[in-house]
Amino acid sequence: MLYAILCYHDEDFVGSWTREQDATVMRKLAVVQDKLAKQGRLGPVARLLPTTSATTLRKEDPPLVLDGPYAETKEQLLGFYVVDCKNLDEALDVARDLGAANPGGAYEIRPVGVLNPGSIPT
Amino acid sequence: MTDTAWIDAALTSARPQAVGALLRYFRNLDTAEEAFQNACLRALKSWPQNGPPRDPAAWLIMVGRNVAIDEVRRHRKQEPLPEDEAISDLDDAEDALAERLDGSHYRDDILRLLFICCHPDLPATQQIALALRIVSGLTVKQIARAFLVTEAAMEQRITRAKARVADAGVPFETPGAVERVERLSAVAAMIYLIFNEGYSASGDTLEARAPLCEEAIRLARLLLRLFQSEPEIMGLTALLLLQHARSAARFDSDGSLVLLDDQDRSLWNQKMIAEGLALIDKAMRHRQSGPYQVQAAIAALHARAEKPEDTDWTQIDLLYGALEIIQPSPVVTLNRAVAVSKVRGAQAALDMIEPLGPRLSNYFHFFGVRGAFLMQLNRNEEARVAFDRAIALANTSAEAAHIRMHLDRLMRDSAPRGTKASKK
Repeated sequence: MLYAILCYHDEDFVGSWTREQDATVMRKLAVVQDKLAKQGRLGPVARLLPTTSATTLRKEDPPLVLDGPYAETKEQLLGFYVVDCKNLDEALDVARDLGAANPGGAYEIRPVGVLNPGSIPT
Repeated sequence: MTDTAWIDAALTSARPQAVGALLRYFRNLDTAEEAFQNACLRALKSWPQNGPPRDPAAWLIMVGRNVAIDEVRRHRKQEPLPEDEAISDLDDAEDALAERLDGSHYRDDILRLLFICCHPDLPATQQIALALRIVSGLTVKQIARAFLVTEAAMEQRITRAKARVADAGVPFETPGAVERVERLSAVAAMIYLIFNEGYSASGDTLEARAPLCEEAIRLARLLLRLFQSEPEIMGLTALLLLQHARSAARFDSDGSLVLLDDQDRSLWNQKMIAEGLALIDKAMRHRQSGPYQVQAAIAALHARAEKPEDTDWTQIDLLYGALEIIQPSPVVTLNRAVAVSKVRGAQAALDMIEPLGPRLSNYFHFFGVRGAFLMQLNRNEEARVAFDRAIALANTSAEAAHIRMHLDRLMRDSAPRGTKASKK
């Protein structure tokens, strides 16, 4: 079963990391990802640019384009992982490992219904 | 991340909102700062034991307010005959304490905090120092290093700037729409100043000032998050990102300035460029042009060119033309002339900048650019005079070194001809 792990964190806080702190967190997260990748369980991973660069299209008639992210929350959606896990417990274990590397905020674990691997060459 | 590193980052990110809110309660900058400091001290004790609060800013505001009020109480007990006025003030503060913390004020709180640093009586360097101290929470030592002065001198400067701001009266009423726009534009200008202070650094000052660029970007993003639909704030943020994206390529290993044409473009930060371009796209949709957007659009054309020869100079010329109308200045015309030299040649560019001479007679870049145009036209003797003048006006050793490189090239190019002539 594929699970999406959606990463929510306080953007102001993440933005206050020094370059070294940011690099340290990324390095620790890479260790967790490497382990999953070697097991063939790691799908697409994304770190999103700040919500200030976001635009929202509300599907009204006619659609309305708004500046900023869809949800105004204390914590913002800053990225996601797709991982292959047997069950929720396993997905939670992955999230715990990621959380140990990058404390604070929250992960939303959502089973994936359809995953189109896409066609963008990487 | 260690506990302390985590707490540091949390305190830094909560600072503008917390100090802004405390300033609204206490209406005194020193009291607000002190209350925030006290709250931070308690956070350092409490958070490692009890875990971080869900909303660090709200925690700091609440604790800061309580500690300050306790202090007023203690103070009152020491005074045998308290003035009636002081007591009624205290009651007001306690009423305020009962008021539920909500987020509705915080946008104007942060804007106010930034705005009081932009007082027009304060010279630019003091505005910057004050903002870095109060809003960003940099230590006096860090700021002193960036400005190459002693800690004591910077301490005195900041104290004086604070006194001036306090005398001027901080605007506490919730701003109206027009006022909010005015504040926003003053604050944007100040953030740009902070960035330029970092961007113009070189050589010895590079290490101490480079963090100012990142701080300016952080403040610009903060402002944009508060005012999501302001195209000029998008433009400002984009401009800072696109300029800062080149930082790794701007200096060689000796610390000498590397011109845009000569930079190793593979060192440009593609993530910052992507964010900058996304912000320009967003801003353009509003169809409300402004100087930051136009400058960002120019920076974007440079960022989009994989090789220097791919640069769309015609479009850059047009954008500078637009900027000359929105924000006329001889420096803008000088920049436009560089684009003109690429599109229509050095003579057209030289004709364009000649009238600027009297107004830019003390401007390093004017003579550097003029010298370069003259050199392209093979008017080497005049070019040499212009370059000499540029070196005399250089603000940094990197600028001077860069012009000297041009001069060396001139000497090299003219030397063989001179030798041939003497042989005849």
